[in-house]
Amino acid sequence: MKTETKTEQTSERELVTTRIIHGPPRLVFEAWTKPELFRRWWTPKSMGMEIVSCEMDVRVGGGYRLEIRHPSAPAPMPFFGKYLEVTPNARLVWTNDESASGPITSVTFEELAGKTRVVLHDLFPSKAAFEQSRGAEGGLPEQFDQLDELLAT
Amino acid sequence: MVQFTNIHLDSAFAALADVTRRGVLERLGRADASITDLAEKFDMTLTGMKKHIGVLEHAGLVMTEKVGRVRTCKLGPRRLQEVTDWLEKYRQLWEARFDELDAVVEELKQKESKVSR
Repeated sequence: MKTETKTEQTSERELVTTRIIHGPPRLVFEAWTKPELFRRWWTPKSMGMEIVSCEMDVRVGGGYRLEIRHPSAPAPMPFFGKYLEVTPNARLVWTNDESASGPITSVTFEELAGKTRVVLHDLFPSKAAFEQSRGAEGGLPEQFDQLDELLAT
Repeated sequence: MVQFTNIHLDSAFAALADVTRRGVLERLGRADASITDLAEKFDMTLTGMKKHIGVLEHAGLVMTEKVGRVRTCKLGPRRLQEVTDWLEKYRQLWEARFDELDAVVEELKQKESKVSR
């Protein structure tokens, strides 16, 4: 009984994603903050990725570090940052410091009759940073344009 | 962790980074072809062409179908538009995550109800 996952671009540097999870905020928060639970869902099996290591110090100013392996990357890629806000069972805010154009991510858990409405918000430092993030590290979209032209002929 | 979406795109980018593979896609855009045809056309061994097709297939850009003893290749289900549509990829990543999060939370719920019984 899956519910819909919606993503909207709400400004030139913001994305908001929402989803209903079938359990109370307390359990969603637990799954989001305990490494042994977190690593079971953060890299979906369908995406072919695997968490190699996962450390989380979930408190204001505490850090996290993930290493994720993907078949197309020669070495595991690190993802890291720190927690700016930690409100048990209600809200988390963290930075994404592996890239200068990384957003600040906040997630809120709202109780809805035993379920949780999860609202995930990515705020990029600037419009340029957002463009850069979605440009998949530059240069590549151009390659796609060329290929599109090629295939259109 | 948004950059993460891009890892998923990497298999497509890696597939497109090679001149032969781009040539194969162009060719398949015009007509389906067997691996043997493609190997001849691009003047390479069957094994070499199979490798290229494997990469393209993994990225969803090409599909193959075996009819009798001939393996035919055609353009895959992954439209280029879809590959380039970053926002949709981003949403799909979160959808996949939330699906698994739902399963983890369901398990936690069940554990709790067992303990309280």
